[in-house]
Amino acid sequence: MQIRAEVLLTIMGMAIVTYATRVSGLWLISRVTLSRRVETWLSYLPGTIIIAIIAPGVLSSGIAGAIAALVTVLVARRTGSMLFAMLAGVGIVLVWRTLGLP
Amino acid sequence: MIEKEDLTEDLTGSEAELETQQVNSLDDTKALEPGKVEFTLAGVLEGFRATIPVAIGVFTYGLVFGVLARQAGLSLIEALLMSSLVFAGASQFTALGLWVAPLPILTIIITTLVVNLRHVLMGAALRPWFSQLNLWQKYISLHFLSDESWALTMNQFAKGKRNGAFMLGSGLALGLGWVGATGVGGTLGSVLQDPARWGLDFAFVAIFIALLVGLWKGKQDILPWVVAALVAIGAAQLLPGKWYILLGGLAGSLVGAWRNAD
Repeated sequence: MQIRAEVLLTIMGMAIVTYATRVSGLWLISRVTLSRRVETWLSYLPGTIIIAIIAPGVLSSGIAGAIAALVTVLVARRTGSMLFAMLAGVGIVLVWRTLGLP
Repeated sequence: MIEKEDLTEDLTGSEAELETQQVNSLDDTKALEPGKVEFTLAGVLEGFRATIPVAIGVFTYGLVFGVLARQAGLSLIEALLMSSLVFAGASQFTALGLWVAPLPILTIIITTLVVNLRHVLMGAALRPWFSQLNLWQKYISLHFLSDESWALTMNQFAKGKRNGAFMLGSGLALGLGWVGATGVGGTLGSVLQDPARWGLDFAFVAIFIALLVGLWKGKQDILPWVVAALVAIGAAQLLPGKWYILLGGLAGSLVGAWRNAD
């Protein structure tokens, strides 16, 4: 159980810049009156950012990833449960790798 | 409960009719009308409950972080401190990748900033609702802004619910999972050496896919989402770090705004 000075400094620095990114979105746009087009732009952000987070990973995870992604979509649509969808997706990947498939 | 939702929808509907220009172009007019935002304990609890399945996914990821943090040379208390104060998984993993002696303090801090730049866009998207909260509600809630809590919160607002405390509850559930798992992983050490062996590396992708299903609004999403995916994939090949998230998200959303604003 120890905290070193340089580690504490690094962690505090990381925490400060991260908190700054979290609050600055409010300041950034609050000085600009939202036009119709900006509002539309913001409404697309949730979906497109999430797509951008996962797309490279899904692509590089090969056939197992593609099938698991598809199954996750189907289970999420059918059950509306995030937990079931996650278990289904992880299950497919686990079975795929255990069987040693490509 | 159902009655309350119906009321909200009626209200938003009549507001939208007054501004006819706003109605025709988008299906999500409801989501763009902030309405009256409240901040209650019930909202915190609702956010907490709704996030438990996601927090379980976060827990598995946090175990891995705890293990890797100890291997990188952090003490248990330092790893816990990082998970509570920074509370941003992707950037914490990136920091571990840079963690050598002597510590490149400035490089780690700047990289953290870049990886987390996407929060600026997310915060901007919250503005219509969060601008109605008071200083404490806003600035405490915003520490809990993460990919997951934000997506769940936006999803909630898109459904017509108006409790600004949802994100705080959601973030508390995630924080409990993340910090708790950091502690367990950091203590158990070598148990989870290879998370890929258990398919756990897919847990995050699966969570995000499930969130996407909830965010799907219709055919107008196809082009922006495809553009976001292609730009992210291209940028991930060409650029270091997490720039692809920012670039993909921006490109896709701008295409959406350009195609559907008029």
